[in-house]
Amino acid sequence: MSGTTERPEVTPEEVERVFKKLDQEAESAGYHLNPDKEFTLGLIEGMLVNERRYGYWACPCRLASGKKSEDLDIICPCDYRDADLSEYGACFCALYVSQEVVDGRRKARRIPERRPAEKLSGASEAPAESPGARPFEGKPAAQDAARAEAPGGSATPDPTDLRYPVWRCKVCGYLCARDGPPEVCPICKARKERFERFL
Amino acid sequence: MTFQHVEGTDKGRIVLYSLSTCMWCRMAKNLLRDLGIGYEYIDVDSLQAEEKDAVKKEIKKWNPDGSYPTIIINDKECVSGFDEAEIREKIK
Repeated sequence: MSGTTERPEVTPEEVERVFKKLDQEAESAGYHLNPDKEFTLGLIEGMLVNERRYGYWACPCRLASGKKSEDLDIICPCDYRDADLSEYGACFCALYVSQEVVDGRRKARRIPERRPAEKLSGASEAPAESPGARPFEGKPAAQDAARAEAPGGSATPDPTDLRYPVWRCKVCGYLCARDGPPEVCPICKARKERFERFL
Repeated sequence: MTFQHVEGTDKGRIVLYSLSTCMWCRMAKNLLRDLGIGYEYIDVDSLQAEEKDAVKKEIKKWNPDGSYPTIIINDKECVSGFDEAEIREKIK
């Protein structure tokens, strides 16, 4: 009904094929697709429609500008996925969910938009380093405290200059710079609690 | 602006701004359908650029996040995002 005539057809076979690939990739990296398969297939179909329209996998639940340079942060998986997974157990569109949601201990529901306002309005002149553009909004006080305890001493670089804390998987040594460790180590699958603050 | 009309019980003017690709929007449409409520909607992603900008501005007046779905009830109230309980509560 609402479809435009020029939209090329996305077939159920294509959606299923992409689902299998994404599911495999997600599971192998410690992520999970939404177990509500009908919902997930619908989102994947939406992404494929967006791929036809724009040339990239713009988030199906956000309005893309159609200019890739302005939409980079909402190309799936978006810049906000992991922060939303940590805080709400699901990403904005709920294609990706946490283990808690998979297990049925938590429900994926609507969550606030984490994307900064200047990006929402499609202003291309928004400075990339503006505070709002930081994908993870941490708790500065807690971060400072954690930094003070972090090993490192006086050797350069000064860890307190880092934009993100660095977390180390104690099992395999995987390092990542983000406000908190991932739910599961993407390399060795060790769980969150096996990470330590490294820098 | 071309709204799509969906027939149903008259509960006042119910306007749904949606994206054709969004599952939460689809859930909102399905809920309104299941409740048998008449409403109108626009799939904003299917609009041409100028129209899109005008609609985005209108949505922002109600929902500063500009997120979808946005449902505006009788030009008085707004439900931002899909929340079944809130939709049921506000459209009575």
